[in-house]
Amino acid sequence: MSTAFDRYEEPSPWSTASDAFGPGDPELTRRQLLLASSGVLAAAGLSPVPAAAAAGSGRAEPTAAVRLRVNGRPVELEVDLRQSLLDVLREKLALTGTKKGCNQGACGACTVLLDGRRINACLTLAAMHDGAEITTVEGLAQGEQLHPLQAAFIEHEGFQCGYCTAGQLMSGVACIREGHAGSADEVRAWMSGNICRCGAYPGIVEAIVEVGKERSS
Amino acid sequence: MIPFTLQKVSTQSAALQAAASGGRYIAGGTTLIDLMREEVEQPQKLVDINALPLGHIRIEGEELVIGALARMSEVAAHAQVRALQPLIAESLVEGASPQLRNMASVGGNLLQRVRCPYFRMLDAACNKRTPNSGCAALGGLNAGHAIFGTSSHCIATHPSDLAVALVALDATLRVQGPAGLRALPVEALYRLPGRTPHLEHSLAPGELIVEVRVPNAAHARAARYLKVRDRSSYEFAVVSAAAALQVEGGVIRAARVACGGVGTIPWRLRAVENQLVGKPFARASFEQAANIAATGASPSAHNGYKVELLGRTVVRALEMAGERT
Ligand SMILES: Cc1cc2nc3c(=O)[nH]c(=O)nc-3n(C[C@H](O)[C@H](O)[C@H](O)COP(=O)(O)OP(=O)(O)OC[C@H]3O[C@@H](n4cnc5c(N)ncnc54)[C@H](O)[C@@H]3O)c2cc1C
Ligand code: SF4
Ligand code: FES
Ligand code: FES
Repeated sequence: MSTAFDRYEEPSPWSTASDAFGPGDPELTRRQLLLASSGVLAAAGLSPVPAAAAAGSGRAEPTAAVRLRVNGRPVELEVDLRQSLLDVLREKLALTGTKKGCNQGACGACTVLLDGRRINACLTLAAMHDGAEITTVEGLAQGEQLHPLQAAFIEHEGFQCGYCTAGQLMSGVACIREGHAGSADEVRAWMSGNICRCGAYPGIVEAIVEVGKERSS
Repeated sequence: MIPFTLQKVSTQSAALQAAASGGRYIAGGTTLIDLMREEVEQPQKLVDINALPLGHIRIEGEELVIGALARMSEVAAHAQVRALQPLIAESLVEGASPQLRNMASVGGNLLQRVRCPYFRMLDAACNKRTPNSGCAALGGLNAGHAIFGTSSHCIATHPSDLAVALVALDATLRVQGPAGLRALPVEALYRLPGRTPHLEHSLAPGELIVEVRVPNAAHARAARYLKVRDRSSYEFAVVSAAAALQVEGGVIRAARVACGGVGTIPWRLRAVENQLVGKPFARASFEQAANIAATGASPSAHNGYKVELLGRTVVRALEMAGERT
């Protein structure tokens, strides 16, 4: 049985490229406008949302107040305990670059960095991460300046459907940082948590190997 | 997901108390949240144990000690684990994905639930999910199911790779309960399905796994984990084997062999081990011992291939372990 939190419209895959590099975009995407008009973006602002669940009250509340730093910006919000970190990023913070594929830890589309380490945002409860530092694909670019791996993805044509791209980028950035990008074979093994089923995969692997070499040299 | 409450605890006594009042521990959540979303698991109260100081990995005397909240990725990358217990590091790296290993804890890994597809299908009969409802796998698609330790009530394989390594290495758990701390061999943690497949382990309700202790034996340093699966990574085992050897003067002095993907619990092959000890360190010895690996197996309609695959996997794992001696 699905809950209110499972039911929402999946974005069209064609909006992905602009989502993936969101903050760098001069224009709001159509969906950001829709979300803004529905009030969702308000939660993404820096203004604290009042927290109803008083910590330490005897009776447990179905919601929890959570403070996060998302892409360097402090955010304070109230979440339903059942909401995954992925759902909070997408629905409450309107950071729709991170994708929901399987929602079961099996595809990697939802990969984000949690305190610098890559994780699946679909298999963790947002309420368990008070105080955490989250980096999503929207946080990779420095303004208009793409992250080297984003640039390498473009150069090596690491996009096709584009749906898995945000997760591939986040996992790729972590893979390089971990020192697991020494060869194409090593990259394939350490990127196994990110499933790309299309012709873009060789380009994805090349891009990660290339940026990995630059970083280690 | 049905509604639940969440309590964060930072001491073991608070954790035990919360569990005593019906709470369910959550560590990385990578098994539990998945099953809660499918409504296979429906806990009403979660106890977040991540603030407990149980993330340690260290050597104490002759043992490797791993805290229950150490993450799979941290244990696998730890220099002393890799040097003294390469089997543990390998079994972890061969499991799940880098993202999952960053979240998943050692304690949670040992208590993860089966991957039998019917267990997750709410409209299929499954004695493990709903006692006495039947077992859809018995007459269904069972190519991935167990050939050892099965019963007419359940034939699901135990999924943890780490557990196979720990069983081979004679590891012991430290478990904290209301009555205090007790030691529990990892091998004794798991229960055969018998007539009660919904009871998977021997922890009392609310007992907390605190740490894992593994003897740093000589054979542990010459050990390998070989995982055979449908694709080369990010997949559960079809058959796996953990093998450890101690060789002196060309003769096998000690051997440990356990396997995954074949048993309803991690399956230790003691007869194979006994067969190896005292034999020359040679492939012929491995083959001879592996001949009896599948003794007592009871395959179902679609998993008979595991009988042959098991023997071959054991031989290869022993060879690979031998390369480290
Ligand atoms: C796509 C996918 C692929 C996977 N592939 C593999 C694989 O190849 N090999 C493999 O071995 N595993 C695999 N896993 C399983 C994964 O390793 C487990 O989900 C993980 O190890 C569970 O750890 P956790 O900390 O997230 O546990 P949780 O989900 O938090 O908890 C699991 C269970 O353990 C209990 N628990 C947790 N900690 C304690 C404690 N200290 N004391 C008492 N009870 C406790 C919880 O109450 C719960 O019942 C895979 C998982 C996924 C989603
Ligand atoms: S094999 Fe076990 S887990 Fe699978 S359907 Fe049968 S009872 Fe359920
Ligand atoms: S959506 Fe999280 S891994 Fe697929
Ligand atoms: S780019 Fe998404 S499947 Fe290949």
